[in-house]
Amino acid sequence: MDTKYLFKRHNTYWVKVAVPKDLRKELGFDLRSSLHTHDLIEAQKLRNSIVDEYKALIFSTKERLKKTNQKSSVKTFMPVTDTSNPQYYHKVVDCQYACPAHTPVPEYIRKISQHEYTEAYMINWESNVFPGILGRTCDRPCEPACRRTRTHEKPVAICRLKRVAADFKDDVSNLLPKALKKSNGKKIALIGGGPASLTVARDLLVMGYECTLFEKDPQAGGLMRTNIPSFRLPEKVLNEEVNQILDMGLITKFNSEIKSLKEFLTKDFDAVFIGTGAPKGKDLNIPGRKEAEKNIHIGIDFLTSIAFEHIDSIGKRVIVLGGGNTAMDCCRSSLRLGAEEVKVIVRSPFSQMKASEWEIEDAMEENIPILENHVPKKFIHNSGKLVGMEFEKVEAIFDEAGNRTLVPTDDDPIVVDCDDVLVAIGQDNSFEWIERDMGIEFGEWDMPVVNPVTFQSTHPKIFFGGDAAWGPENIIWAAAHGHQAAISIHKFCENEDLLDRPSPGVNLVSQKMGLHEWSYDNDISQAKRFKVPKANQDISLKSLKIEVEKGFDANLAMDEAQRCLNCDVQTVFSESLCIECDACVDICPTDCINFMFNGLEDDVRKNTRIPALNIEQDLLVSKILPTKRTMIKDEDVCLHCGLCAERCPTGAWDMQTFLYEEAKVYS
Amino acid sequence: MTYIIKPANHHPNLERNELGLTRRDYEGTISTLCAGCGHDSISAAVIEACYQLSLSSDQIAKLSGIGCSSKSPSYFLNQAHGFNSVHGRMPSVATGANLGNQDLLYMGVSGDGDTAGIGIGQFMHAARRQLNITYIVENNGTYGLTKGQFSATNDQGAKSKYGEENLFAPIDLPTMAIQLGAGFVGRSFSGDKDQLVPLLKAAMQFKGFSLIDIISPCVTFNNHVGSTKSYDHIREHNESVSSLDFVPIGEEIKASYKEGSKIDVPLHDGAIITLEKLSKKYNPLDKGKAIQGLNEAEKDGKVLTGLLYINPKVKDHAEILNIANTPLNQFKEADLCPGKSKLAQINASLN
Repeated sequence: MDTKYLFKRHNTYWVKVAVPKDLRKELGFDLRSSLHTHDLIEAQKLRNSIVDEYKALIFSTKERLKKTNQKSSVKTFMPVTDTSNPQYYHKVVDCQYACPAHTPVPEYIRKISQHEYTEAYMINWESNVFPGILGRTCDRPCEPACRRTRTHEKPVAICRLKRVAADFKDDVSNLLPKALKKSNGKKIALIGGGPASLTVARDLLVMGYECTLFEKDPQAGGLMRTNIPSFRLPEKVLNEEVNQILDMGLITKFNSEIKSLKEFLTKDFDAVFIGTGAPKGKDLNIPGRKEAEKNIHIGIDFLTSIAFEHIDSIGKRVIVLGGGNTAMDCCRSSLRLGAEEVKVIVRSPFSQMKASEWEIEDAMEENIPILENHVPKKFIHNSGKLVGMEFEKVEAIFDEAGNRTLVPTDDDPIVVDCDDVLVAIGQDNSFEWIERDMGIEFGEWDMPVVNPVTFQSTHPKIFFGGDAAWGPENIIWAAAHGHQAAISIHKFCENEDLLDRPSPGVNLVSQKMGLHEWSYDNDISQAKRFKVPKANQDISLKSLKIEVEKGFDANLAMDEAQRCLNCDVQTVFSESLCIECDACVDICPTDCINFMFNGLEDDVRKNTRIPALNIEQDLLVSKILPTKRTMIKDEDVCLHCGLCAERCPTGAWDMQTFLYEEAKVYS
Repeated sequence: MTYIIKPANHHPNLERNELGLTRRDYEGTISTLCAGCGHDSISAAVIEACYQLSLSSDQIAKLSGIGCSSKSPSYFLNQAHGFNSVHGRMPSVATGANLGNQDLLYMGVSGDGDTAGIGIGQFMHAARRQLNITYIVENNGTYGLTKGQFSATNDQGAKSKYGEENLFAPIDLPTMAIQLGAGFVGRSFSGDKDQLVPLLKAAMQFKGFSLIDIISPCVTFNNHVGSTKSYDHIREHNESVSSLDFVPIGEEIKASYKEGSKIDVPLHDGAIITLEKLSKKYNPLDKGKAIQGLNEAEKDGKVLTGLLYINPKVKDHAEILNIANTPLNQFKEADLCPGKSKLAQINASLN
């Protein structure tokens, strides 16, 4: 009996051609189709043309792959998604993917909703080092990325939930690691006591490195201490988290500003990490600057002086120049120092201000007016005493490429009376202390040339991180840089290849507990984003030390945590189990799932049930199914409600929690 | 249990129909049928069809009997009228409702037990009387609610989940309906929405008795090897007699077909059903040939699907009886008791 390429299924003959191993990713294990006959002789006749067709497909796929490997051909259909690549599922967890430190956000939010604040805190601490600080001050790149911005309206208050974990945690001292008792004999110098250096120290201390911190100020913390006012970040919270690292066994040299790196290198250190931030505020050199200098202050210097209690008063009428977060901190600090009339004046239109939306809101809630489209022209002084400023009114014109030009209007110059001016128009790095002839190459903007992966400078022993590496960013970036720099320093000391980066830790665990039971809360909260309660302004505006935001209480935190869509609980699809009953397609509230013929990505994206127009979001593509169709899921607005898996009769869909842990030097 | 309410959120780009409604607006409560039940796919197809036709739910009445199938009206058209009647007695209730108000679109939802078993007499008479209803049979060949006995539509020789063979010949509902004079008879498969949705749309717009026998695999009791109503079996043996487009009034025909294979069937209201014949032998406009085709397919073990028979000229129940079109609830007292003079007039006309 000649049954070559034939097999029987439900009494019907099918034809089957095995796929070579190297093409299985593209075509599946084998190619098969029903011959719609029970008769062997008929089947023998019918099989040849199909076998030929399949062999041709296998051949052409092989050829195509060869070409793709040469990077010269265009794909004719979407390849099967490789979910074993950790970055696929990682990208689905929008918040975590957007976070520079890749904090497992949904994981800690779930802990908060289970009232496990300490665990939530430790997940954060592991990843971003300063949960209490960041929970108040983070620039929140995670929030605009939040899936809720696409499915509902406002993102989950991820940042303020981080604060909840910090506020309600138990004593964590016994959970924190200590430096290895026995040193590994390697010495590392950390210059600058900000978040980047502290992160490097934390990671390297547990590896047995002897770390020494050099800080020009009398205390560690860097800009977290000098530039963020206490009414946003209480000193207690700052000290707690900075001390956690200092207490691990870090050697500290405060009040020690390094004046010459060349000289410093003569000391016995195996590697040097530079995390000195961007400590120089930009100045505004317009007429009158010199004459009225007594009443003109650089924003970040002004904030530093407040932090170290060098100043405690300011004039009655204050102008703050600039539209960034420093400007917002300056104006609010001025109010608390006793200014009666504070104005923020910016060159750009209001909509283009650099400050975070919520910081602008906070300033406006304190009744601080923001004047837009005002370009400062001169400081007006009365024989050295500042009396006001002159501005030119402009209009922002955008060309086709989106470039902005500020074009003066016909209005008369505007004069604003004032007693003091705070200039908060940007920050620069300052590397006067680094000699240019010692092997560190400097590039554009007089910034050191730093490898974006290893954070190594062109001098192999010297590493940069935080604002010192790439200019002003946020604390969360500094923490992310610190982790990477620590890995590099360790590899450097061990004589390993710095570019061979460690893989992230990943884990994928089914959440199925029963027929319709999941070990995560899959009900979608329809609540609107909850507001963080604030202190009464009558009190808070009177002191620099009273924290404005009171933070969520346990109940509000619970309600806000419930808004999280659990994007890390992945929809995992197994082709071999699918019977193509369409139950998942029918139940999916947001029409993510499609059973359709595969094709070019552009065509597929047009032909899904609802066109998958958000190309930032991936499509999950299955192998070819028995009906020749492919399951294609648009990840864009999936609610992770698990209904596809609940309505799947065969378990072809499963909800599995994906935990992605960014590699640390000690992991 | 976290059997959650289906989240109200829908895709931000979900389209709206002429009434400004999305497909989600035609949904019902979340199904309590087994996961993967063919009936749920049928509910989804009904939702899609009503959405595409821009029907207003308050103009639809869903009627059903007893069984898994008869539960399913809960899972679509939440805003429509509904009547869950006695086992096999849905056609009687539908007849009464039809007489009371001809303005509603009647959708009868029944199963193979409810129709081919206990309710077969009712079904036959409804078809014979051309009751104006879209009669959907969610046919899985098994009594799912009582754990998987053979129903009257199960094929002879098919195996139950427990291994016994079915000893009796099946009732073929479409053949029976054609013989009884139904004007619109179709068969489809719950797993083929591309065919089912236009078929449902056409049936809903057809005036008279329209039957759609939908093979709907019972994942729990009739989806095994040896079953003739399983997903795999139907996919292998499905033979579509025609592909179909329903074109409402005022819309242009978009589908293009091979020359000579296209038939346009105009309905009473001017809408058009466009058919592409896929089988040369089969003719859906010829009663005799249709029955012959069905018989031959049965012998070959094939399941013929698509629009099996259509007679656009049939008169519906109300037309045959020549009864008033006005719904009973819209009659005023003056209409019902026109007074002495009218009575005298009638009496005079009898002389």
